[in-house]
Amino acid sequence: MAPALALYRSTIGKKVAMALTGLILVGFVVAHMLGNLKIFTGSQHLNEYGEFLRTVGEPLFPYSVLLWIARIVLLGSVVVHIVAATQLTMLDRASRPERYVFHKKQQATYASLTMRWGGLIILLFVIYHILHFTTGAAHGNFIEGDVYHNVVSGFQVWYVSVVYIAAMVALGFHLYHGVWSMFQTLGLNSSKWNGLLRGLSVLTALVVAGGNILIPVAVLAGFLS
Amino acid sequence: MNVTLQVWRQKNATAKGQMVKYEVKNISPDTSFLEMLDIVNQELIARDEDPIAFDHDCREGICGMCSLMINGMAHGPEHATTTCQLHMRSFKDGDTIYVEPWRARSFPVLKDLIVDRGAFDRIIAAGGYISVSTGSAPEANVIPVPKENSDLAMDAAACIACGACVAACPNASAMLFTAAKVSHLALLPQGQPERHKRVIDMVRQMDDEGFGHCTNIGECSIACPKEISMDFISMLNRELIKATATNKE
Repeated sequence: MAPALALYRSTIGKKVAMALTGLILVGFVVAHMLGNLKIFTGSQHLNEYGEFLRTVGEPLFPYSVLLWIARIVLLGSVVVHIVAATQLTMLDRASRPERYVFHKKQQATYASLTMRWGGLIILLFVIYHILHFTTGAAHGNFIEGDVYHNVVSGFQVWYVSVVYIAAMVALGFHLYHGVWSMFQTLGLNSSKWNGLLRGLSVLTALVVAGGNILIPVAVLAGFLS
Repeated sequence: MNVTLQVWRQKNATAKGQMVKYEVKNISPDTSFLEMLDIVNQELIARDEDPIAFDHDCREGICGMCSLMINGMAHGPEHATTTCQLHMRSFKDGDTIYVEPWRARSFPVLKDLIVDRGAFDRIIAAGGYISVSTGSAPEANVIPVPKENSDLAMDAAACIACGACVAACPNASAMLFTAAKVSHLALLPQGQPERHKRVIDMVRQMDDEGFGHCTNIGECSIACPKEISMDFISMLNRELIKATATNKE
């Protein structure tokens, strides 16, 4: 524990914490997207999958215990990711008190410069998403356990779909810079691997954002009802 | 050619500065940027005004003394070029050119375009060296060095510590500088005995100086007159993680 805390005290250590929690969260969004796609194989399949997430691990783990462990790990990761990002952002804000009168960016990507705003948008979206599809508090027509019905009726409201699509675009940008950045921060990048890692981050961003966006689009197009 | 300069003028470290406009007439396109400033200064001195203070030394692109944010870019618009190696032919007749000092809390402005880059010296003093016993010099080729390592170490050692990386970074981070200095010695046999202590101490000093952190944006590497690669930042991260994990203190 002591080396981890010593590392965390440095700015690089805080970034390592962000990279490791980011890795957990990337794994989650990829798995989540794959689970979501089950909507295309029918309502029974999707609802069974929703139930599987609660029964998985039985009988070693009681009903929904593994799901709760996963939720706690994810929540912990989100908290560490945000705390480290906030601490680092405060340092950065203080590092240049007087700004340039004239400053020109030479190669920074849009994605890399909007990580903080993107992260905030994703946080707000996650809160809404849980209230919408998990608890149903933000859903006008919620039926506990009927995942297929909740998703289709939720996305039939066009502005809800727009919010979801916009949030997925923000997530795509965040992943585009974040996935590559994760390897760079963990010291796993070099010119030999750079092209491959850039490609992997593009792929992750496109697959996660694209896969999820398919669903509201399919609902609005009347393909899913 | 004629250009309009907008130059940051600041009397001293505590005074408030502002941009001041200067019209520069009949400059040869083959004048270097610093010679152009020299000419402006001669005219200012002739008019009994305070000349523009700026850092320079070798004017050969190797000492790291010159700086200047020119039109919002560290060392101006040319790639892999220090300000002293920049010429007026890189600009167009009639251009307005903004000239500002490096801006970072850790690089306080001393006067006009001169900043105090002592923070870099303190990062070096924290570990950017190797300890050697004095005495007669050993035979240079006694310790074998893999060719790839010596090439990479030379790429890192090309850093002239000018501070352009800090100036260009949106977070005013000194990661590229520290990475170059740590990597250069970590790649060579002579750097091994102090390898772990070096990276821990240098990163701590870098943080203590109040630089921002690295968001992997890459503005540093593009601005660097010596084209130091961001690979070295990855190497610095790797060095620190390994050193912290195996630190015996």
